[in-house]
Amino acid sequence: MVPSAFDFHRAGSVDEAIELLGRLPDAKLLAGGHSLIPMMKLRLAQPGAVIDIGRIQELSGVCRDGDVVSVGALTRHGEIAASEELRASCPLLAEAAGKIGDPAVRNRGTLGGNIAHADPASDLPAVLIAVGAVVHLAGPEGRRQVAARDFFVDLLTTALDPAEVITRVDFPVAAPGTGQAYLKHEHPASGYAVVGAAASVTLSGGRCTAASLAFNGISAVPHAADEVVSGLVGGTLDDASLASVSSLLSVRDPLGDVHASGEYRVELARVYGRRALASARDRASG
Amino acid sequence: MTRNRVIGTSVKRREDPDLITGRGRYTDDLTRPGMLHLAIVRSPYAHAVVGRIDATRALEVPGVVAVYTAADLEASGIPGVVPTAWLLPDLKTPPHPLLAKDRVRYVGDGVALVVADSRYSARDGADLVEVDYEPLQGVSNPRKATEAGAPQLFDEAPGNIAFDWELGDAEATDRAFEGAATVAKVALRNNRLIPHAVEPRAALAEWDRSAGSVTIHMTSQNPHVHRLLMSLASLGLPEHKIRIVAPEVGGGFGSKIHHYPDEALAAWCAMQLDRPVKWTATRSETNMTDAHGRDHVTEAEIALDEDGRIVGLRANTWAAMGAYLSTFAPAVPTYLHGTLLSGQYAIPAIHVHVFGVFTSTTPVDAYRGAGRPEATYIVERLLDRAADETGLDAAEIRRRNFVPPDAFPFQTQVALAYDSGNYAPALDRALEMAGYDDLLAEQSRRRADGDGPLLGVGLSSYIEACGIAPSQVVGSLGAQAGLWESAKIRVHPTGSVTVYTGSSAHGQGHETTFSQIVAEKLGLDVDQVDVVHGDTREVQFGMGTYGSRSAAVGGSAIVTGLDKVIAKGRRIAAHMLEAATEDVVFEDGAFQVKGVPDRAKAWGEVVLAAYLAHDLPEEMEPGLEATSFYNPSNFTYPFGTHVAVVEIDRETGVVRLVRYVAVDDVGNVINPMIVDGQIHGGIAQGVGQALWEEAVYDDDGQLLTGTMLDYALPRAHNLPSYELDRTVTPCPHNPLGVKGVGEAGAIASPAAVVNAVVDALFHLGVRHLDMPLTPEKVWRAMKEGGRS
Ligand SMILES: Cc1cc2nc3c(=O)[nH]c(=O)nc-3n(C[C@H](O)[C@H](O)[C@H](O)COP(=O)(O)OP(=O)(O)OC[C@H]3O[C@@H](n4cnc5c(N)ncnc54)[C@H](O)[C@@H]3O)c2cc1C
Repeated sequence: MVPSAFDFHRAGSVDEAIELLGRLPDAKLLAGGHSLIPMMKLRLAQPGAVIDIGRIQELSGVCRDGDVVSVGALTRHGEIAASEELRASCPLLAEAAGKIGDPAVRNRGTLGGNIAHADPASDLPAVLIAVGAVVHLAGPEGRRQVAARDFFVDLLTTALDPAEVITRVDFPVAAPGTGQAYLKHEHPASGYAVVGAAASVTLSGGRCTAASLAFNGISAVPHAADEVVSGLVGGTLDDASLASVSSLLSVRDPLGDVHASGEYRVELARVYGRRALASARDRASG
Repeated sequence: MTRNRVIGTSVKRREDPDLITGRGRYTDDLTRPGMLHLAIVRSPYAHAVVGRIDATRALEVPGVVAVYTAADLEASGIPGVVPTAWLLPDLKTPPHPLLAKDRVRYVGDGVALVVADSRYSARDGADLVEVDYEPLQGVSNPRKATEAGAPQLFDEAPGNIAFDWELGDAEATDRAFEGAATVAKVALRNNRLIPHAVEPRAALAEWDRSAGSVTIHMTSQNPHVHRLLMSLASLGLPEHKIRIVAPEVGGGFGSKIHHYPDEALAAWCAMQLDRPVKWTATRSETNMTDAHGRDHVTEAEIALDEDGRIVGLRANTWAAMGAYLSTFAPAVPTYLHGTLLSGQYAIPAIHVHVFGVFTSTTPVDAYRGAGRPEATYIVERLLDRAADETGLDAAEIRRRNFVPPDAFPFQTQVALAYDSGNYAPALDRALEMAGYDDLLAEQSRRRADGDGPLLGVGLSSYIEACGIAPSQVVGSLGAQAGLWESAKIRVHPTGSVTVYTGSSAHGQGHETTFSQIVAEKLGLDVDQVDVVHGDTREVQFGMGTYGSRSAAVGGSAIVTGLDKVIAKGRRIAAHMLEAATEDVVFEDGAFQVKGVPDRAKAWGEVVLAAYLAHDLPEEMEPGLEATSFYNPSNFTYPFGTHVAVVEIDRETGVVRLVRYVAVDDVGNVINPMIVDGQIHGGIAQGVGQALWEEAVYDDDGQLLTGTMLDYALPRAHNLPSYELDRTVTPCPHNPLGVKGVGEAGAIASPAAVVNAVVDALFHLGVRHLDMPLTPEKVWRAMKEGGRS
């Protein structure tokens, strides 16, 4: 790899990271490095300084408090996928994290880096939207929280200020009777999501009390498919009803590349959305 | 008592312990005191006029030592080009300069050199070289490039046509089509591929001013050929003043056969600056400058009589050459492609017409299979199309048309004479392993029931001409080189052996395989044999490794060298045993008087006697060493049948390769594990071509799939465990009876997979789809059926 020159700093704490970010021009945080370094290698990113946050203990780990489970920004995809706590309380996140890249990527890449980078083909953004997660940020002005739906602003663009650090993401613990599923159509070259469908449904007495569905890959920001699931509450989620709502998916300006056009991605999303909902339903009742 | 045989056993690769523990030394691992780094400024345009080049800012970068352009190369008086080494009649050969001067013709064409004391400074400097380009229209599709109004790349080549080549009897073929009961057609695109050797190309050049010689460590499949071309066309140094060393080379697939500007430029910089200079391609650089493979547009048709027997075959191909003619580029779509269009079949009339076309893209040259995958793809698609049109089963129509076993040697209508073959047993075995009839029944059941993924079964009965090749033949066809191979057998006084071979390996396991040959012939342990290759100073001369030639040609050279050594040993032994030389035989590691086993001399005794020279036959020279140059009398013709089984998701079009059966006949097998490994890798590459891989250019010649984020290579988890078997029909004209295996998998598999996918979609009216069979393409075909 032949990046352009940069200064290297290691932050010992979140406060120090914020201070460095504010002080150094063109500085970038370095977490797992699995998005930033490839960009630097191609010289698509040429930060003047790189601030390594990889050893800040307080940023890492999974911790449940009542009906919220907090995941530190530095928690690796592999840890998330393997976490017993998350597999019970937010199985959608664990499943999606387990489908990222390959073991090497999952052992380095982090939750915070993944959402900060906001690649539309990433696997985690739609999960945050589907379950209604809340992103916690710390910056020179103090701390704040942003709902997932407001966090992703555009292609590779988030609500994060340049001097802010993502500290953790809070996920609501899945209610009893909830089933979740993440289905992914892998990009044949990159392994990222051409389409990733994140579904969560809650059943009570055979009837749907809550349903959500969101997609990676098909649009600049993750698509919250409210138009699909809004009619499901109160129903039994039989195959016929899932098939009929999945056709309601409507995406403006879908993304496309040489492997999959926008039109095809939307079609894939209809199929994967329906299958993800059906799988979530089966897990909920099972 | 006979010794256990060494040939035919899976001796573990002696290369691997170092390679898999990180001790392999590749070109980029080498460093030298005072070494500089070269970065090459490359055109971002497919086609442009080059104006002023301003190096001012680049030269201000700390560490940058020099910036050079084409003008500097010219001023140095070197020949300064990379030539093509295969000439066809009326071939247009506009020069390919080491650096582009007035015009660039593909994205990646070099325009300037930056040399610096670190890789980083060199790259920083390269980013700051300012080049004025005046963009011109580019053209990437080889057929469109020949149309009126297409941008013209060279004044010397009107219509962008580099050559216009025909083979076969056009009139006889026309007559065959006129009288035919059935004609089936296919219009296809053989997708352009990027080789992707794991190790990118690299060179480290050292200039010895006192000796006036340059040493270049580089990623080469054929160091002597590189030396020859460097000497004659690029650097102008005498051949004996250039030493080329290929240390460990991490794959090539053809891409490291060719002579490119970059390695010569590193050498030129070293000579200018009198310091070692290293150049290592980045992955993106490799993807845009390594010669690509395939890229044909073809229209083909096949004619059959009432009995489903083939009476004629016709193909017109537009083959992209890219922006310049690469080393062997003109041979690939002609003598390695047109000549293979008879496949395994007795076809009485064939005609092929090929246009080699300049396009504003990376040059195209030999890539694993080189012409033969393209030919197999045409023939095997046509056989399936013929089955469609005649209603015959795909296996039956093949069987009906095979060259019968008693017809060998078989002269085809397209120049080749197949030496040996027996095609039906390989087909039968493959069908049996696949459970062909059951698969077809299951396919019908799923179609009728409408449940489960669609099932498709595809056959590919391929032939290849390899063991490249008889020098007289290739000479008459335009090769500017002989394609023999050399070996030197050096027997040491204690009886162990060092073999010097011109077959320069780059991952294939030659050291193991060649040691097995020597051990078998001399009755030694494989550990008593060392194999030296890949260094022009150590090895006499050699043609290198490609065209599945190393065992058949390089291995045969070793055998003929061993024969010379044994012959001398017999004379010495006869002298020691006071017997006539004719009565002495060499068996199981000992020279003995025929029929009298206790009158014998061990190998070691005879070797030592040769070196002591105390009592040798009169006029015999001391020592025991032999050099041989083996020139094959024909190509070899491996063949086999592969069966692909695919499942297709009815909603998404996703194709899953669920089974892959391959029955290959590569003649005698020296190391079954290595042979299986070659088959495995070749299949993966061919499946990659069929399902995922494609170098995509936009209409202007911008490469859209220049990184691994966009260019889809096959991955382990996308492939099933292969089911392999072999039939053995030894090659009759080389001493080992081997044919070569390096390319078979890549030649056979694209057709097998495409045939399987089209078979799965047949009931929907689909008759052909172009590679790669992306889910979207399949999905559209399912929606549109026969209209696609
Ligand atoms: C071969 C390969 C395959 C991959 N496949 C997939 C895949 O299938 N699915 C998928 O989702 N992803 C995939 N990825 C991306 C992977 O998940 C990355 O690890 C992730 O997107 C970025 O996380 P990181 O920790 O590596 O971040 P880094 O690369 O270190 O940083 C990325 C960006 O986020 C910023 N950042 C990092 N942490 C913080 C923080 N705490 N606060 C604020 N900003 C921060 C950085 O400054 C930088 O701009 C793949 C990557 C590779 C190399």
